[in-house]
Amino acid sequence: MQPISLHTFEGGIHPPENKHQSTQTPIASLPIPPQLIVPVGQHIGAPAEVIIKVGDKVAKGQLIAKPKGFISAAVHAPTSGTITAIELRELPHSSRLEGLCVIIDSDGEDRWLDEIANGSHNIENYLETENTWLIQRIRDCGITGLGGAGFPTSVKMSVENRGIETLVINAAECEPYITADDSLMRERALDVIYGIQIMLKLTAAKDCLIGIEDNKPEAISALKAALKSIHAEQRIAVVTIPTKYPSGGERQLIKILTGKEVPSDGIPADIGIVCQNVGTCAAVYQAIAFGKPLVSRITTITGESINNPQNVEVLIGTPIKHLLEFAGFKQEKSLFQKLINSKVPAKPRIIMGGPMMGFTLSSDELPILKSSNCILAPSQKELPANDVASACIRCGLCTEACPVELLPQQLYWFSKAGEFDKAEQHNIADCIECGACSYVCPSQIPLVQYYRYAKGEIKEERVAQEKSNRSKIRYEARQDRLDREAAEKEAKRQARAAAAEKAQAAKKAQAAKAALAEASSSVIDSSKVDGTAVEVKQAEPVNLEDLQQKLDAAQAGLKKSMDKIAEIKADESSTQDLAVFEKAVANRRDKVKALALQLAEAKKSAPPAQQDMSADGRASLEKKIRAQQDRLAKTQERVDLAKEQGLESLPALQKGLDKQMQKLKELKDELAQFEQAAL
Amino acid sequence: MSSILIAVVLLATLAIIFGAILGFAAVRFKVEGNPIVDQIDDLLPQTQCGQCSYPGCKPYAEAIAAGEKINKCPPGGESTIIALADLLGVEPEPLDAEHGAEKDVPMVAIIREDECIGCTKCIQACPIDAIMGAAKQMHTVITDECTGCDLCVEPCPVDCIDMVPIETTLQNWHWDKPKNLIEMINIADTADQNVYKEVH
Repeated sequence: MQPISLHTFEGGIHPPENKHQSTQTPIASLPIPPQLIVPVGQHIGAPAEVIIKVGDKVAKGQLIAKPKGFISAAVHAPTSGTITAIELRELPHSSRLEGLCVIIDSDGEDRWLDEIANGSHNIENYLETENTWLIQRIRDCGITGLGGAGFPTSVKMSVENRGIETLVINAAECEPYITADDSLMRERALDVIYGIQIMLKLTAAKDCLIGIEDNKPEAISALKAALKSIHAEQRIAVVTIPTKYPSGGERQLIKILTGKEVPSDGIPADIGIVCQNVGTCAAVYQAIAFGKPLVSRITTITGESINNPQNVEVLIGTPIKHLLEFAGFKQEKSLFQKLINSKVPAKPRIIMGGPMMGFTLSSDELPILKSSNCILAPSQKELPANDVASACIRCGLCTEACPVELLPQQLYWFSKAGEFDKAEQHNIADCIECGACSYVCPSQIPLVQYYRYAKGEIKEERVAQEKSNRSKIRYEARQDRLDREAAEKEAKRQARAAAAEKAQAAKKAQAAKAALAEASSSVIDSSKVDGTAVEVKQAEPVNLEDLQQKLDAAQAGLKKSMDKIAEIKADESSTQDLAVFEKAVANRRDKVKALALQLAEAKKSAPPAQQDMSADGRASLEKKIRAQQDRLAKTQERVDLAKEQGLESLPALQKGLDKQMQKLKELKDELAQFEQAAL
Repeated sequence: MSSILIAVVLLATLAIIFGAILGFAAVRFKVEGNPIVDQIDDLLPQTQCGQCSYPGCKPYAEAIAAGEKINKCPPGGESTIIALADLLGVEPEPLDAEHGAEKDVPMVAIIREDECIGCTKCIQACPIDAIMGAAKQMHTVITDECTGCDLCVEPCPVDCIDMVPIETTLQNWHWDKPKNLIEMINIADTADQNVYKEVH
């Protein structure tokens, strides 16, 4: 490979390294702890879904929680034993929030899953295997980035078609005290190189640059020797970079090695680069070649309160207490007090991660996670708690130290004053929270915490804004719906009112006609007062008229009741009793029927000789038929509506329709008879 | 004399031309509705709670555009008042206590589902359709959509709706603002008192 010309990033700091303490001994393996606490959400993305239950026996490497969604990672049993609980426990996280954890009581045998133990998962020609299979295996083995963030590796590796040019391997390990990657490279350099070969295949990158700080000469020579031994120097180069914090930041390392800058709102893949941690490479190799899931990792345990600082291969889920006991923890040395002269009881201070970006743990019962690269137990003298901040003296040291070329002082003022929009304009989102500014601050202002707070507030605001936009859309949709419903109801009401008016008018006209007919019949009456036979004959038409009027009235009543029922049905909120009206309708219908029958009989017995009468009767019959037809049409309409809306009243309406048809037919028959008689 | 005439004629001609252009533009690019209403509406929190005495955020935005006071929105609180004052160029005022107080934590409605009788009253009350259910069926709140406006609590005949603070999860947790020295001393004092109580 061509010699690499190195670049540099602005700013950066040189804190005391304190790395030698923990590299004196080889990687030790920790005795199996009696109980493991395995959180199912150790990675970025959705927590995994537990697939075992309390009481189950599990073997080492057995899947206990499967990934849920694309950005998620599987979780496996770190040792053999029994599941004793699946419950919420406090997580090793700055928030001190609880998360779902699987509690495993180990049986001490540390027995691997049979398939892994007998080697049936081993494959040799993995470099000729399909990428999809390899990525699936990485996913099945629950590999996440071991550098700190814990991003699922299978997701990061799915970049085959994105035109990746360079694979950058992060071996900088720039944070003071931490030597986990250093010792891994010293002792397992070949694993790392094999892992890199797999990643080169997956990303289809042309070459690979391993960025490593010059304070790890043993690791550098081990890597170089390993490369030589398998003749892989063609595509993989070990690049020694000057020691400077935070050269191990993804964007900073890419800048150093390639001179390219990752866009502020993008990811390295946007400029053809994928960056992985060395520990992840080794884990990927173990997963692909032997099917071994990620159940342990190398963690540095160091600090002045530790008797034997060293690197330890720790099972995921090991309580930190167990690790502290193993390395010899001197509690009295690590005590610290929050404030001078305060009576708050002193508490040992244990940090997960390094001194720059780590966080203080609330207790030593918390477990080691896939991303825990260091447990630091400093003494009070070594790392004094600088809780008391003085005023900013505007010295500008933070600006010089910032590796992202931001203006930390401005960001501090904006964050403190709650002017988050201005902080955003000053690109607070690009802050990598490396802590360089806080480190150099002579006033000991917890700058990074201000930025984290501001970032959190900005994110919260954005979420709230999104939600409010959604609410607005929902509110407007609802408003539209209500308006539409109201308009529909109004239209129906108006249609009903118009129909009622029409019916009223028709009734009036009929009444007027009836009155006219009566008047004329009374004229006939008075003209033929003599002769009883005539008298008897005359009695008949009057009776007919009466009957007709009664029938009409009954029919009008029936219609009114039916309208009322329809109204009740249309208006759900009405509390009126439907049954009462239905009964009334039935009664009225009976009455109408009886009257119609009576009328028909009366008509039959009436002599057809009376020409004018018969004409009158025929006219009224015709009118009745028309009215009946109208009614039928209306009923038909109602039936259709009921069908459309699937109302329960459909059968009843149908019956009504049939009856009305029957009646129409009767009327028509009657008319036919009438006509025949007239002929 | 003629030069004055030329100037007058020229200016008059120009005035007519520009007037015509302006007149045309006024017709051609006429803005429908009042754009300020939408801007105000965007600043309001869209809880649609009606605490401002208007039936929703949009109506309140319209009222503000027509001269209503800007301090009647408790869910928006101080930040909304300041944003509105900025937009409208008026002095920010303290929140009108008559319309309620600003809540410290965002709330969300939860239906105790065992007790729900399926009366649909809350569904009708919800301004953003964030409650699901049907008559005589159990109802439930779509918590992701609920704005915590309280409007569903009062209509419930069996009192089975609770307003609970939105739970802090790893997804929505964020760092607190660092305490300054004075606040820290106060905390230390109170902590001391607690320790004192525990001992005695």
